[in-house]
Amino acid sequence: MIPVLLALLALLLTGGLAAAWSCPRGASRIAAGGTAVAGLLSGATAVQTLAGAAPAALTLPWSVPLGAFSMGMDPLSAWFVLALAFLAPLAAVFGVGSLRDEEASRRARTAWGWFNLLVASMLLTLTARNGMLFLAAWEMMTLSSFFLVMHEHERASTRDAGWIYLVASHVGTAFLFAFFVILGRGTTMDFTAFGPPATGGALFLLALVGFGTKAGLAPLHVWLPEAHPAAPSHVSALMSGVMIKLGIYGLLRTLDFLGEPQAWWGWLLVVAGTVSAGFGVLLALGQRDLKRLLAYSSVENVGILAAGLGLGVIAARGGHPLAAALAVAGALIHIWNHACFKSLLFLGAGAVRHAAGTTDLDLLGGLLKRMPVTGASFLAGAAALAALPPLGGFLGEFLILLAALRLALFGGMSELGAGALAIAGLGLAGGLAAACFARAAGMAFLGEPRAPGAAGAREASKWMTRPMEALATTTLAASLFAPLALRAAGALVRNMSWLPDGAASSLAGCGRVVWGVCLGSALLVGLSATVFLFRARRRRGRPTRAAGTWDCGYAAPTARMQYTASSFSEPLTSLFRAVVRPGERARPPEKRFPAPSAFSSTGKDLFRGRVFVPVFRAVSEAAEWVRRLQQGRAQLYVLYVALAALALLVWKLR
Amino acid sequence: MSAAAILHLLIAFALAPLMTGVANRVKAGFAGRTGAPVLQPYYDLARLLRKGAVYSTTTTWVFRLGPCLGVAGAAAALVVAPWGGGRATLAFDGDLLFFAAALALARFGTILAALDTGSAFEGMGASREATFAALAEPSLLVGLLALARASGELSLSGIYHALTPGHLAAPGGVAVLLVAAAFGIVFLAENARLPVDDPNTHLELTMIHEAMALDHGGPDLALIHYGAALKFWALGTLVAGFVAPVHDGAWTALAAILGGMFLLSVAVGVAESVMARLRLAKVPNFLAAAFALSVLALLLSAHAKGGS
Repeated sequence: MIPVLLALLALLLTGGLAAAWSCPRGASRIAAGGTAVAGLLSGATAVQTLAGAAPAALTLPWSVPLGAFSMGMDPLSAWFVLALAFLAPLAAVFGVGSLRDEEASRRARTAWGWFNLLVASMLLTLTARNGMLFLAAWEMMTLSSFFLVMHEHERASTRDAGWIYLVASHVGTAFLFAFFVILGRGTTMDFTAFGPPATGGALFLLALVGFGTKAGLAPLHVWLPEAHPAAPSHVSALMSGVMIKLGIYGLLRTLDFLGEPQAWWGWLLVVAGTVSAGFGVLLALGQRDLKRLLAYSSVENVGILAAGLGLGVIAARGGHPLAAALAVAGALIHIWNHACFKSLLFLGAGAVRHAAGTTDLDLLGGLLKRMPVTGASFLAGAAALAALPPLGGFLGEFLILLAALRLALFGGMSELGAGALAIAGLGLAGGLAAACFARAAGMAFLGEPRAPGAAGAREASKWMTRPMEALATTTLAASLFAPLALRAAGALVRNMSWLPDGAASSLAGCGRVVWGVCLGSALLVGLSATVFLFRARRRRGRPTRAAGTWDCGYAAPTARMQYTASSFSEPLTSLFRAVVRPGERARPPEKRFPAPSAFSSTGKDLFRGRVFVPVFRAVSEAAEWVRRLQQGRAQLYVLYVALAALALLVWKLR
Repeated sequence: MSAAAILHLLIAFALAPLMTGVANRVKAGFAGRTGAPVLQPYYDLARLLRKGAVYSTTTTWVFRLGPCLGVAGAAAALVVAPWGGGRATLAFDGDLLFFAAALALARFGTILAALDTGSAFEGMGASREATFAALAEPSLLVGLLALARASGELSLSGIYHALTPGHLAAPGGVAVLLVAAAFGIVFLAENARLPVDDPNTHLELTMIHEAMALDHGGPDLALIHYGAALKFWALGTLVAGFVAPVHDGAWTALAAILGGMFLLSVAVGVAESVMARLRLAKVPNFLAAAFALSVLALLLSAHAKGGS
C-alpha cells in the first residue's frame, strides 16, 4: 500500500507545485513527471496484486465521524488502477503538448493542479475502503474535473456544460450518500463491515442511480455529451477512459456488498445497458462535432458494460456459472480496451482541434495526409471501437455476446429473453458503431479538406503524437493477448462473492474459445499481410498513374461536393428519427432566381429535451414558490422565529 | 480440422468467382441472350491483375489497404464457415460472432477506401452499405441464436451439423425454415444482389456496392471482385447449409455444399431475372422483415423446446 500512498503524495505535491510555479514550461513538466511517477508506483502495485500477491491494506488516523482513512488494494481495485496508471501519464504527456500555446497563462498552471488532483482522487476512490473516504474522494474527483471542464470558461457553452455536469454529479452523489448510510445502518462505513442488508433491492436502485450517473448510463447520461467536449482533450481522454468506468467499479463493489443478487437487478442492468448502447450510438451518428460524437459513443460503451454485468447477474442467479463468468470477464476486458481506444480517439480529436481549429466533421477532411501519425492512430482506434478483430474491442464484446448466447441457449424462457435482447440490441449497436466510426474517421481524415482550417493543418508535436502511438500499438495488439487477458479476469471473477461457485474454474475451461479468437485474429493479420504483399508484387513493373478522383465527367469538382458527415448518416438518422430527433434548419431555394439557400441539421438528445429540461423547470418553479418565504425582511424572519418558538412550546406542553 | 475441411476451403477459394458466372449465365438465359461464358469472371480477374492502375491524388494508403482487408476478412469468415454439416477448419463456441466480425472488417476496409477518394458517389455508396449492413446484423445474430436454440450448439459447424431433415419434421421445424428465409434476405442484402442492389446498374446514383469501387482499377479492382466472390460463398454456406443438410460423411457433405452453392447461384440468377429492385427507402423494411422472421423463429424454437 505504501507505493500507492507515495503515488498520491507525488501527485498532490507536483500538482500543487505546478499550480504555484512561476516558470511556464516547468509547471507542465513537473506535473506530468509527477503523474508518470505516480503511474509507475501504483501500476506496479496493481500488477503485483493481479499476479496474485496478497491484497494489501493500510489504515491511517482520520478524525471524521464514521470515517477512517483505510485504503486497500484487491484485484478489483487493481484492475481499474492499472487502467488509470497506464492512461494518466499518457494523457499528461499529451497535455504538455496541447497546453503549450497557453502555458504562460495562469490558467494552464492551475489546470495542471486540477489534473493531478483528479488523478489522485481517482486513485483514492479506487483504493478507499471506507464509505466516508470513498465519498470524499468521489466528491474531490467531481470537483477537480468540474474545474477542468470549465477550463475555457469564457465560452457560454462551456459554462453551461460545467453547470450541467456539477448538478448531475451532485444529484448522483446524493444517492450514493444515502446508499452508504443505509448500507452501514448509520453505524459504520467500513467496507469490511458491510453485511448483506435486508433492503437489497432499494440499495441496488440507489447505487444504480448514483453510480449510473457517473458512468453515463442512459437516461442519466445528459451531462456526458456536454462536459466531455468542453474539457481539454487530454482531460476528456481521462474522463472517458477512466473516470466514467469508476461508476462501473462502484456497481461491481455494490454487487459484492449486497450479497445474493436478485434476477430483476440483472434485468434492469440489461435493459438499461441495451437502451444506452442503442441510444448512445444513434446519437453519436447524429453528431457533427467529433468530441460530442465520442462522448455519445462512451454512453454506448457504458451500456455494453452494464449489459454485460446484467447478464452476469441473471446467469449467476439462474445457476449458469460459465455464462456469468464470461459476461463479467467480457465486461472487465472491455473496460481496459475501451479505456485504451476511447482515450486514443479523444487525444486524436484534441490533435485535430489543435491543428485544424475545429472538430466539426463537416469542416474537416483530408487530414490523414497532413497528420499521418494522428490519422493512422485515429483509424486504428476507430476500427477498435467498431469491435473489429484483431483490434482491441472485439474480445470484450465477443465474450459478452457469447455469454448472452449461452444464457439464451441453456436457460429458461426469461433467460432466453434477456439473452436475445442483449444479442439483438448489442448486435444492432455494433453495426451502427461500425457505421458511426467509419463516418467519423472517414470524414475527418480521408478525402479532401472541406475548409481552409483543415487544409492548413499540420502534424501535432511529438508530445502529442507519442502517447497516441503508444495507445494505438496497445489497441492493435490487444486481441492477440486474449488468453492472458482472460486469465487476469479470471483472478477477479474468483474474488467476486456474488458469482456462483465454479464460475472461475469454468472460465479456465474455455481456453479453446479464447484460442479460437486469438487464432482467428492472427489469421486476419496474416491474410491481410499476404494479400497486401501479393498486390504489391502484382503492381511491380506495371504502369501506375496519378490523376484526380473520377467525377462522372463533371468539369469543375470542388471539395465542397464531397459527401459530408451529415449526408453519410442521413439514411440512419432519418430511419431512427424518433430517437435522434434531428434538429433541422432549412432555407430552401425560392422563386425563379433563388437567393442563397442553406440547410443544417444536428442530432438532439431526446432525454435532455423531453425529460430533464421539464423536470428541472418544474423543480425551479417549485423553488420559486418556496422563495416567497424568503423575503429578505428582518421583521418577517423574527416572525418566523417567534412562530417556531410558539410551535415548539405548544408541542412541549401538549 | 480435417482434410475435407481444407479441401472445402481450397475449393471455395478456387470456385468462388464461378458462382457469379453461373448467376450471370442464368440471367442471360432468362433474357434470351447467350450470355458471357461461365468462366468470364476468371477472365476478368486475370485481365485486371495484368493491368496497371490509376490512383487518385486524393487517396492515401487506406485506399490501397481497403481491397486487401476485403479479401482477408471474407477469407477469414470462410475459414469458420460451416459446409453442409462438416466441421470447419477453425471451429469454436461463438465462432458465429467471429464470422460476422470478420465480414464487418472487410466492409469497414471497403467503406474507408471509398471515403478516401473524396467522391460524392463513393460516399453515397459507403453510406448505404454501412446503413444496410447495420440493419442486417441483428437478423443474422438472432437467426443464429434461433438455430443454436434448435440444435443446442454454439459454433457454426456444430449448428449446421446438428441440422438434419429430421429437424424439419420435429416441432419447431418451421423455425428452421423461417431462419432460412431470413438468411436468404441477409444474403441478398450483404452481397449487393437484387432486390437491394443491382449489380448490373450503370447509374451511379442507384448503386451501393459498385459505387464504392468506382475509383479502383487494375489489381485493386480484381481484389474487390474476388473479395465479393468469397463473401458470396461465405454467406452462401449459411443458406446452402439448409438446402443440403446431408452429412453421413465428409465427402457427401462436400458434394452437398457444392451442389447447394450451385443451386443458390442459379436461384440468385432466377431471382434477379424476375424481380425488380426495391426503392432505397424500402430496403430497411425488407431487412426488418428478415429481423421479424428471425425473432419469430426464435420464439418458435423456444416454444418447441419449452413444450417438449
